Amino acid sequence: MTAMVRAESVHKSFGLVEVLKGIDLEVKQGEVFCLIGPSGSGKSTFLRCINHLEKINAGRLYVDGELVGYRQKGDKLYELKDSEVALQRRDIGMVFQRFNLFPHMTAVENVMEAPVQVKGTSRAQARERARELLEKVGLADKAGSYPAQLSGGQQQRVAIARALAMDPKLMLFDEPTSALDPELVGDVLDVMRDLAESGMTMVVVTHEMGFAREVGDSLVFMDGGVVVESGDPREVLTNPQHERTQAFLSKVL
Amino acid sequence: MTDKIDKEPADTPPRDSHAPETIKAIPVRHYGRYVSAVVVLALVALLVNAFATAEKIQWSAVGDKLFDSTVLAGAGRTLLISVLAMIVGVVLGVVLAVMRLSKNPVTSWVAWAYIWFFRGTPVYVQLLLWFNLALIFPMLNLGPIYKDEMTDVMTPFMCALLGLGLNEAAYMAEICRAGLMAVDEGQTEASHALGMSHGKTLRRIVIPQAMRVIVPPTGNEFINMLKTSSLVYAVTYNELLRATSTIGSTSYAVMEMLFVASIWYLVMTSVFSVFQYYLERRFARGSSRSLPPTPWQRVKVNLMAFSRERGGA
Repeated sequence: MTAMVRAESVHKSFGLVEVLKGIDLEVKQGEVFCLIGPSGSGKSTFLRCINHLEKINAGRLYVDGELVGYRQKGDKLYELKDSEVALQRRDIGMVFQRFNLFPHMTAVENVMEAPVQVKGTSRAQARERARELLEKVGLADKAGSYPAQLSGGQQQRVAIARALAMDPKLMLFDEPTSALDPELVGDVLDVMRDLAESGMTMVVVTHEMGFAREVGDSLVFMDGGVVVESGDPREVLTNPQHERTQAFLSKVL
Repeated sequence: MTDKIDKEPADTPPRDSHAPETIKAIPVRHYGRYVSAVVVLALVALLVNAFATAEKIQWSAVGDKLFDSTVLAGAGRTLLISVLAMIVGVVLGVVLAVMRLSKNPVTSWVAWAYIWFFRGTPVYVQLLLWFNLALIFPMLNLGPIYKDEMTDVMTPFMCALLGLGLNEAAYMAEICRAGLMAVDEGQTEASHALGMSHGKTLRRIVIPQAMRVIVPPTGNEFINMLKTSSLVYAVTYNELLRATSTIGSTSYAVMEMLFVASIWYLVMTSVFSVFQYYLERRFARGSSRSLPPTPWQRVKVNLMAFSRERGGA
């Protein structure tokens, strides 16, 4: 098994504030990798570094064996051009906490947009595929609706379909259920569970401990910009070794 | 807002007998409204009377000259120069706005300097600068591409177009910049995360959403432009004001011809206001669950309800 994501001593600062203080971890292919931790622990920032929405300041980050955002020649690093970064991002799907659907497009147009604009897929073909994906997330009847006409849960499922339309090899989820009403969380988690069963590699920043326990293959607890504890989710969640993990879990469980 | 009561759908299901009786209260009387209406009507009547009975105004001249071919041609040129200058303004404005927001310090500084100059000096002065350009550059010499006498290049039309268009671009740049900045950053991130380039993100995602913010003030700018275009009088472009003034000064009907000009300006701005209403609706797509009906749709609904009521009675 090769590593889909490999982080080696990843550091990230915003101005003088160091948010990531050396993250080392490995996400295996086909794995559901959960990141938990208190807010401000750097877990979302780390996720955003994986597709280069944030630039890292030190360390190395690889996706599928390829350095993210840079090219190494000898011992020199060269920044990638915007177009090269875009090329890397094609294979990495991302789902945001606030959905970020394109409000001026219908659900099906949202899903079609990237294949048509980036891959040059024909509109007819992209539309057909988009309808399939919307059906997969249970929203076949909402294809013609604008995001404003959909509930949060429906919007998030469209967002998942939109990311899947690019046939990514890795999916990043940034607290996908945190902005949802409690009764809508289940639908989104069901879609994610199906996706996990289909063998997709997923990195999930979440507060849903139930999801992490049931679906997760690995779990990392982050606090203060470092990995505090990691391992099998069932193990870590039921029998945390570290004091900080215990304190955090006692508050959320 | 008392008309709300009438808006119940005609075929409401019968209320169940346990529901409390609908409130039938006597509404608050707004006597202030009646009084103010009477006062306003009286003032308007006085004003109309003053103008209608003024002996020095030949109202017949207004009617005679309203559709005079010179006046119509002038109005046409006003419309033409306004539309063309606005196109120059919008296109250049979008480019300047993108330049100002660019990470490249050179382009951003160039855009800032442009806006600083063209927004910082009066349009009237800019028009005169273009008009008198031949005083300092008698020849326009673009090397092997183009060479001509400046006075041949700077026709009244060109002066008007450059003067109005380049000035407008500075204002449009600020409007577009505000529109671009109003689009949520998450939209750019989502687009980038999908692998879309900067250019595609801008064209497909950001600009269409910015339009909702940009269109209303742009309509305003165009209405302003229709009126500001009267300043090109100074560069001898024969637009509406110049056309009417010429007739006015030769036929001793100065005020009458100014009335004619005002009527045409009002017609143009009013027609455009209606057009703008529908344009804004088009760009509001997706921003709210459902758009309110247009006045025309409301008339149709009311007519249908009216005929149904008569049919039912």
